[in-house]
Amino acid sequence: MNPVLAAQDLGKRYGRRWALRHCGLEIPAGHVVGLVGPNGAGKTTLLKLAGGQLAPTAGTISVLGGTPGAGPGQLARVGFVAQDTPVYAGLTVAEHLRLGAGLNPAWDAGLAHDRTARLGLDPKQRAGRLSGGQRAQLALTLGLAKRPDLLILDEPVAALDPLARREFLQGLMEAVAEHELSVLLSSHLVSDLERTCDYLVVLIDSRVRVAGETDRLLACHHRLTGPRRDHLPPEHHVVSAQHTERQSTFVIRTEAPIHDPAWTVTPLTLEDLVLAYMAEPVPARERVTLEVRR
Amino acid sequence: MIWLTWRQFRGSAALMGAVLTAVGLMLVLTGPGLADEYAAGIADCAVNGRCDRFYSAFFGKHDLAFLSVTLVALLLPALVGLFWGAPLITRELESGTHLLVWNQSVTRTRWLAVKLALIGLVVMAATCLLGLAVTWWSGPLDRSADDGWALMSPLVFDARGIVPMAYAAFGFVLGIVVGLLARRTLAAMALTLLIFTGVQLAVPLLVRPHLQPPIRASVELTAANVDGFSREADGLGLHLRNQVPTDTGAWVLSSRLADPAGRVMAEGEAISLSGDLALACTPSGPPPEAGRADPMAACFAELNRLGYRQAVTYHPTSAFWPFQWIETGIYALFTAGLAWLSFWLIRRRAS
Amino acid sequence: MIRFHLDGRSGVSPYLQLKQQVRHALRLGLLREGDQLPTVKDVVAQLAINPNTVLKAYRELEHDGLVAARPGLGTFVTRTLTGTAFAAQAPLRRELQRWMTKARQAGLDDESIEALFMTTFRADAQEDIA
Repeated sequence: MNPVLAAQDLGKRYGRRWALRHCGLEIPAGHVVGLVGPNGAGKTTLLKLAGGQLAPTAGTISVLGGTPGAGPGQLARVGFVAQDTPVYAGLTVAEHLRLGAGLNPAWDAGLAHDRTARLGLDPKQRAGRLSGGQRAQLALTLGLAKRPDLLILDEPVAALDPLARREFLQGLMEAVAEHELSVLLSSHLVSDLERTCDYLVVLIDSRVRVAGETDRLLACHHRLTGPRRDHLPPEHHVVSAQHTERQSTFVIRTEAPIHDPAWTVTPLTLEDLVLAYMAEPVPARERVTLEVRR
Repeated sequence: MIWLTWRQFRGSAALMGAVLTAVGLMLVLTGPGLADEYAAGIADCAVNGRCDRFYSAFFGKHDLAFLSVTLVALLLPALVGLFWGAPLITRELESGTHLLVWNQSVTRTRWLAVKLALIGLVVMAATCLLGLAVTWWSGPLDRSADDGWALMSPLVFDARGIVPMAYAAFGFVLGIVVGLLARRTLAAMALTLLIFTGVQLAVPLLVRPHLQPPIRASVELTAANVDGFSREADGLGLHLRNQVPTDTGAWVLSSRLADPAGRVMAEGEAISLSGDLALACTPSGPPPEAGRADPMAACFAELNRLGYRQAVTYHPTSAFWPFQWIETGIYALFTAGLAWLSFWLIRRRAS
Repeated sequence: MIRFHLDGRSGVSPYLQLKQQVRHALRLGLLREGDQLPTVKDVVAQLAINPNTVLKAYRELEHDGLVAARPGLGTFVTRTLTGTAFAAQAPLRRELQRWMTKARQAGLDDESIEALFMTTFRADAQEDIA
């Protein structure tokens, strides 16, 4: 089966600045993929490259086996919900659905109608008057009713209050369960991603630092605490290290068992994991993406 | 896509419709009256002699209406470019809705093509109608216009016939291209206005005079082409009008005095008074005959007998429609080029 | 029909929490043989978690022989935990009480007893998974 996103040495430059560099990914279909990283790391750039709004400066990217944005067929298979969920302020909810129906051959009018009814969106209400949460739900409805194979969402819940955020994610997950679509979703709120995503891509400083299934990532990253030591065996890849005079704390990535009884091994939360990768600067020569596969 | 284009455009279309209806109503209500008044006046003055006075009076009476209508026909194409062309793109970019609409299942190219075609057609239809209506209404006034407001002169020519449609289409597509480059509404509108005005000034100045070879003529001096005399230190000064007596609507490119040898005299060069000429042209000459004889008739007769002429270079009124078509063609080429550019720009996925 | 909840701070992964809650409900008799578990769609719509998490939990419960998935109909309970476990519980409880007495005699306080129990329990659970 085609990977939902395959990128090789993908890069995007604006003027002199590289927003994304040496990005290599192969994300299998059928997952909810979380793209996590600090602001300015290149998340939006990667998502726009996947959606076809941007063309790469370097490298290649293919989505669902096709070139992003290449034509109506490709556009129909990929849905995109942009940051802050833009909608036409002057158009009503019903008119937005009409927009969707007119511009998408595979439009599912029943789904759109059911969803807006269930969410309590008044069809005659102008979109400019909706609350942030309602706008996000409208944008999500437009994305889902298009019946894409992949739905891309750029920080969809960043500006929402906790209740609206929860409701949005509930709706999204329900749609994933019902329609078996792949989702690629970015956020800098790791806790949201931890519940919803079963595949993660960690993007820091315009590069992919690690990518893989959430369970595997959490299973093979450990925190080691113990007496001061400067080096570890090579099969334990050190992600971050902190030392005091007598104590060392390492975050490592390893498949091998840890036999040394000197270490206290504790598991990491996803947030700890991302923070560990954020703490260390990217090695200058690093070109290989660190991918964890089953 | 057609529905969406209409839905987003309907406010502007309604406004334009209202304005055009108001203008149209005004033209339709006053036009026939104007034509009748003109016809009656012409019938009167043809009997009595020359119609100069009627023309001046008629034009003077309606000059405000003439100016307003001409102004409307000049401004509308510019406003179309400004308010329909540039914001078409920049409003989507500024509000982020381009990420919504360009991620549906239509390509950007198709989105632009439909918008360009539909709105462009409305623009062209509206301004074509306006241009022709104004030309019809203004007919009597154009025929009696003072020099400076000749039909073929730049400001008036731009507001007649089918060129307003050409300018509007050009302005619209220019706005779109500038919008794609500038991305911000205010900057795009300012830039569009600047470029549009620049082109509108450059074309009559640099291009239009050369569309056809102008007519060069040597015309006898009469009150129709001479504004007045002045007594200079070294002789008689003659002030020529920028007008061709036989063709009041012509676009005069140059109007100068030529001496009997055919040499074009310099600006402000005076005619030396001697002999019969001095006699005929000085105020203390022979007393005018009783009746309606022109006091300066003797002077004119003498000047013409000696061989002085008005050397005039002009484009005649008969060139009106050929020029309209040629210029429309030129602007059509500009517009097509800009349209191609807009498609190229929108496909360039830079940010 | 039971309702799930997730404790974000327990340190236990979501799918394990779901499994535990099903087993707990079975033990208490809240779920009986033939009852239907909430559909994946409903769980996901309520908790905003990944559907694969729910699927994994249900699959493992099926592997343990507690539930069975009927395609197109849902997932249904096939076995309860009340009967079998209960009989073994009384002697186990007595043994545990004896051990705790020994621990206190050795000088361990409450926290140390709990820590000792939890680390041993977790290590044992890890060995099971690995």
